[in-house]
Amino acid sequence: MTNLTDLGVAAIRNGVANGDFTAREVAEAFNANVAAAKELNAFIVTTPEKALEAADAVDADRAAGKELGSMAGVPIGMKDLFATKGVQTTAASHILEGFTPEYESTVSSNLWAAGAGMLGKLNLDQFAMGSSNETSYFGNVTSPWRRPDGANTPMSPGGSSGGSSTAVSARLAPAATGTDTGGSIRQPAAFTGITGIKPTYGRCSRWGVVAFASSLDQAGPMAHDVRDCAIMLGAMAGFDPKDATSLDLPVPDWEAALNSDLKGKKVGIPREYRMDGTDPEILQSWDNGIAWLKDAGAEVVDISLPHTKYALPAYYIIAPAEASSNLARYDGVRYGLRDLPEGAGLQDMYAATRAEGFGDEVKRRILIGTYVLSAGFYDAYYTQAQKIRTLVAQDFENAFKECDVILAPTTPTASFGLGEKSADPLGMYLNDVFAVPASLAGLPAMSVPCGVNSEGLPLGLQIVGKAFDEQGVMNAGLAIEERAGFTAKPEKWW
Amino acid sequence: MSVDKTNVAKIASLARIKMDDAELERMVPELNQILGWVDQLSEVDCSNVEPMTAVIPNALRLRADVVNADPKTGGDRRDDILANAPAAEHGFFGVPKVIE
Repeated sequence: MTNLTDLGVAAIRNGVANGDFTAREVAEAFNANVAAAKELNAFIVTTPEKALEAADAVDADRAAGKELGSMAGVPIGMKDLFATKGVQTTAASHILEGFTPEYESTVSSNLWAAGAGMLGKLNLDQFAMGSSNETSYFGNVTSPWRRPDGANTPMSPGGSSGGSSTAVSARLAPAATGTDTGGSIRQPAAFTGITGIKPTYGRCSRWGVVAFASSLDQAGPMAHDVRDCAIMLGAMAGFDPKDATSLDLPVPDWEAALNSDLKGKKVGIPREYRMDGTDPEILQSWDNGIAWLKDAGAEVVDISLPHTKYALPAYYIIAPAEASSNLARYDGVRYGLRDLPEGAGLQDMYAATRAEGFGDEVKRRILIGTYVLSAGFYDAYYTQAQKIRTLVAQDFENAFKECDVILAPTTPTASFGLGEKSADPLGMYLNDVFAVPASLAGLPAMSVPCGVNSEGLPLGLQIVGKAFDEQGVMNAGLAIEERAGFTAKPEKWW
Repeated sequence: MSVDKTNVAKIASLARIKMDDAELERMVPELNQILGWVDQLSEVDCSNVEPMTAVIPNALRLRADVVNADPKTGGDRRDDILANAPAAEHGFFGVPKVIE
């Protein structure tokens, strides 16, 4: 019999629908893998009973001849940034430790309604701030991948969705939710040899998602392949009146329209992404991607995104500014941690609670954000950054007059060892240099695995599309997937 | 632009994050490294550029002007709202004394 934990979303859904195996068998198999992988620290909380309960409901529906949802029988991991009713939701922070929501996020509700079940809440960088999953209050997540040098250096699964990327690549879950503010789905997907898409800003409701930078935050799926992402995004997306920026548009049937024939399509290659000092193996993988898309029938055109180098510094003003405002809510009054020193007044309680409850990277970003929004500096920093953001978005608009999708590397390097970059915040930020421009412009963008480097570590290619054109992005992603023949898997050591 | 320890102490106080001297000292070079790096944005001439306000054009919707238009975000949820409060008392959020 097939090993159920080797299957992805489509295979599980179809197998359950056909009666090849039951949803309960699938949930039991993944629960067992989750329980046996504590060393990876991918989960903050596990919920095997929730996975079984959802599976039993699907098996009962099937037995009763009821129509099954698009994710029926698929157990998933839920990034611990989504509020889940009755299940601790922490954003990997101490300040929210023990917080048990009285409500369910829209995205997770949609997934449960589609027949998915929850294996547990996935670890992440604290408040989704980080690119290596080393800022969680609940400890680092370790990637299942290792360099083959025998040193057994624990490797970074990327961040902030590092629990999600580890869970999927280590086969603890067939798919997981992620969120992407400046690359937090795409970069961890690239680091672990899986596929992930950040849809157009507004496709997935932000209601019930712990806010980091609201004008950038978008949820999306992380899974083994493009088809699985198409299915899961279809279940997650949709208009939600409770989110003022939710797109009031029908959700297309992305899975049904998948088509890797790119005849008549133009693929733009942004010359500014060929930065000095980029790893030659990354550049080689990009050239391979160009050749694959040509082979799929696309025409390749040279394009320019002239403000690319300014996107990342603009992001590191805008995102911390929004974070400093969003995280003002953690005050020790309404929920979460309270630190009340002997004899302290209200102001002292706020300051003590926040000092105790936030980690270093979160504090750093709150301070940067507070500074750039403060009187006298607002225009020089924040307004200037928002103007640069306009220019970055205009660059894409102009480029899309000449092409349908854009191909670029996802990251400037492959995964690195935990601790190798954590002493240098700015160096860490540079991980997202290729991912952030699409975030600033609100565009759909996907990372697809394209091979391994000379150290045996996965690399990803990124496809960026026009607003609302997730289909074009996924079709180009599928064309790459079919040609890359990526079959590498981490060898089990945990 | 750059910050010194006094500036960082002021920012930390605005952000309501208690920091001791050692922490403030450590933050100064870290923040200056980041601020020095974002300073490159000033080299772009943005005199004729409007700042971004909405990344995807999207008109804000109005809802019916009635109480509890949405049962999830409307009223009658006092106990749910207080359920995670560190010090809820008598149906209110408890805080240390604020008026002397």
